[in-house]
Amino acid sequence: MSANIEAKVIEIIAEQAVLSIADVTSTSTLEELGIDSLGLVESIFAIEEAFDIQVPYNANEPSESDFDISSVASITKAVAAIVQEQS
Amino acid sequence: MKRVVITGQGTINSLGRSVAETLEGFREGRCGISNLEFQDVDRLSIKIGGQVKNYDPERDFNRQQIALYDRYTQFTMLAAREAMDQCGLTFSGELAERSGVVLGTAGGGMTTQDENYRSVYEDGKNRVHPFVVPKLMNNAAASHVSMKYNLKGPSFTVATACASSNHAMGQAFQMVRTGMCDVMVTGGSESMLCFGGVKAWEGLRVMSRDACRPFSLGRNGMVQGEGAGIFVFEEYEHAKARGAEILAEVAGFAMTSDASDIVMPSKQGAARAISGAMRDARLNPEDVCYINAHGTGTAANDKTECAAVADVFGTHADHLMMSSTKSMHGHLIGGTGAVELLACIMALRDGVIAPTIGYEEPDPECAIDVVPNVARDAKVNVVLSNAFAFGGLNAVLALRKAP
Repeated sequence: MSANIEAKVIEIIAEQAVLSIADVTSTSTLEELGIDSLGLVESIFAIEEAFDIQVPYNANEPSESDFDISSVASITKAVAAIVQEQS
Repeated sequence: MKRVVITGQGTINSLGRSVAETLEGFREGRCGISNLEFQDVDRLSIKIGGQVKNYDPERDFNRQQIALYDRYTQFTMLAAREAMDQCGLTFSGELAERSGVVLGTAGGGMTTQDENYRSVYEDGKNRVHPFVVPKLMNNAAASHVSMKYNLKGPSFTVATACASSNHAMGQAFQMVRTGMCDVMVTGGSESMLCFGGVKAWEGLRVMSRDACRPFSLGRNGMVQGEGAGIFVFEEYEHAKARGAEILAEVAGFAMTSDASDIVMPSKQGAARAISGAMRDARLNPEDVCYINAHGTGTAANDKTECAAVADVFGTHADHLMMSSTKSMHGHLIGGTGAVELLACIMALRDGVIAPTIGYEEPDPECAIDVVPNVARDAKVNVVLSNAFAFGGLNAVLALRKAP
């Protein structure tokens, strides 16, 4: 399940960053991939749509959220937890 | 160049149904933000706003008017009535032809749009009321003001998101200053507090779920408000000749574009607008005592605004007061600058600075006197009012004590 989640998260982030899937790894950070604040909000929207979940994220206080956006791996982990919790 | 003065003001917003009630709210540091009440609010994740509560349009408007007036137009008409009553002008002949209306709004008749989309999409109806278009259009409010008061000169609506009413008032100021018009009714109105209006904002993830705390460490976003602020801008000699009470002088205006990002603010764009307004009003930085901030309570706006003020004012920034009344009435989007101008006029006329409420802890990135939580008495001769919109469109007004 988690592997599928990571694959989907990578697909979403790669599309947002206009990169090929191969260029996005689990250790990539959004900054490295050139995703700005607007791109991040759009990625979260795509994740919510893809997994049919609600992601608690406020752009004013990213560090306050349980949704850790520091890397692809952390996003995957957070998505997996939400999927578990909200399914 | 003519001098331009303000001879009438009116408002309705979540703090009050009149200027007096609103200023009382400012002085008391009252919070007008509460739980939103409208259809489908349970489907929103953001459930608070500066909503005008216990509002019954039938108290002030007849059936025919309600059929044509969206909520944003109703707010405009109520605020305009107060402003027009105060200024004491009636418009006929040449004066009518040399007077007009420039108003700001971002969403126009959004409640009308929301209700009618719901009707055709959700309820599956195939027919809408015949007045949907004249009710929802962004110029409806300006047109109804012109019709009611017989203002036959230039009238139009300005839409620059959160800076709409400052751009509108700047335009009205320039039209009187250049001699094109003798009197301009100006300001702005907004009523986006409906399901679709708030849902759209929710998507951007910049809204707070609990409070608007501008400049405070730990602030977590903006809170929407609704209402209107309407002013009468009049040529100084015209006002003086008829013995009108002058509330304040509009001394200068500047507008700039960031030309950089559709949502992120720019320090340079804001700073150029602030210094431009001072230059236009022939003011030195040390003349300015108070700034009514854009102060939305987002992480991005507040630190950028403070950095811009620090750049423009240098060491004088330490002697300035800058508050955000959005903490009390919420962000009225296209109408916000108009309601905030009331706080500027209060500072000049009454010597009372409206506070920034909800302030918890200083943010080192917002190191300025934001008049936290409690209104303050101060002698003030010159004030600025900032508005910085999404899309990087900035508009700053400079006001001076009545001559």
